[in-house]
Amino acid sequence: MIALLRRDLMLAVRAGGGFGLGLAFFLIVVVLVPFGVGPETELLRRIAPGILWVAALLSALLTLDRIFALDWEDGSLALLATSPLPMEGVALVKAAAHWLTTGLPLTLAGPVLGVLLSLDPAVVPVLLASLAIGTPALSVIGAFGAAVTVGLRRGGLLLSLLVLPLYVPTLIFGAEAVRLSAEGQGAGTALLLLGGVTLGTCALLPFAAAAVLRINLRSSA
Amino acid sequence: MSIWEYANPKRFIAVSDRVVPWLSWLAAVLLVVGLGWGFFFVPRAENFEYSVKIIYVHVPSAMMAINIWVMMLVASLVWLIRRHHVSALAARAAAGVGLVMTVMALFTGAVWGQPMWGTWWAWDPRLTSFLILFLFYLGYLALWAAVEDPDAAADLTSVLCLVGSVFAVLSRYAVNFWNQGLHQGATLSLDAEENIADVYWFPLLVCLAGFVVLFLALVFVRTTTEIRLRRVAALQRREAMA
Repeated sequence: MIALLRRDLMLAVRAGGGFGLGLAFFLIVVVLVPFGVGPETELLRRIAPGILWVAALLSALLTLDRIFALDWEDGSLALLATSPLPMEGVALVKAAAHWLTTGLPLTLAGPVLGVLLSLDPAVVPVLLASLAIGTPALSVIGAFGAAVTVGLRRGGLLLSLLVLPLYVPTLIFGAEAVRLSAEGQGAGTALLLLGGVTLGTCALLPFAAAAVLRINLRSSA
Repeated sequence: MSIWEYANPKRFIAVSDRVVPWLSWLAAVLLVVGLGWGFFFVPRAENFEYSVKIIYVHVPSAMMAINIWVMMLVASLVWLIRRHHVSALAARAAAGVGLVMTVMALFTGAVWGQPMWGTWWAWDPRLTSFLILFLFYLGYLALWAAVEDPDAAADLTSVLCLVGSVFAVLSRYAVNFWNQGLHQGATLSLDAEENIADVYWFPLLVCLAGFVVLFLALVFVRTTTEIRLRRVAALQRREAMA
């Protein structure tokens, strides 16, 4: 598992593309929002938590299809399926690699981009916490979506249609945590619920992802 | 004689052909009676004027939209566990009906909300969860349409239906949590048994029964259509091979 994780990370960093692309997309979305809604500081401060979360979600979405697509095309996924590592483990490792290359940078970049949206500095810890807790769920759910669509030639659009509704609970709890703390209320409940979503998805969705990967491998063979 | 006998496509079609006319007529009668009763012979409610009558479409379609997803979930499980093709096709057949029911519920809700709440749409928990349910139906049907291999499509959509069910329930509660801070004054109260006078309740019951029977008839028709489509495809493949 470690070896696979290391391989995926190496590929992501060396091959370029995926690694920086998500971050750049995150930046661009956040920069575009003030053009769309106007530069008033008050308004931006109020919508900043939501914008940051939606932008993070979209950037995660952008890189999802790379989770399995390359390994699918060159056949290494079929090799992995015959390896002693169970498919569930493969799915989990792939999701972890996606999180390390997308979720983690997004989390770290969140507060920096928050400055652009004049986010209240007091809520930055909560923003960091919510992104750190929530983005793994985005990666795992996304890995499931990517596994479903991996066999399709033009799966990208379908992938977003399938995955975005599944992102709703994560988005709600994540953005709500930041918003509650910006309004001066406690964000603890939202963060706990967000943690629940993340742990639940990490525990269960690799099984679903592995199941659909097996289906896809079987039908393509 | 177990229920699984009907998983044989041929027997399913035979049964379906026999019951569909009856179901269709029953649905027609129930809907005409229920809707006619509701629209023309029910007194106008205070504060609601004529708009109260829309519940005879809104409530049944909303109820069906949710229950059809549950039926799809059961059918998907049957497909994954027992590999009966009819089951997978019935789930697909039901999804189309469910999508339409969801749209109907959303649309009639908007039409009702305009005069009553003064707005077509509010981010009320119920409304929002229905919109999310609509997206789930869309994704499910899009996946069916996108995968070429029929068995793989059935497998993938079944797993998606299972995962989607969990997330649909999760979203329902997440949405409740999310809207807590917004203090939406108007909340739809649909627990009709408690809040509605018998005058309005009986026609609603007839309408509910009508929608259920209509759904059964539609699922039978659509499932047999799917089975026949499969046969045609198989025959065409055989022709092409020969």
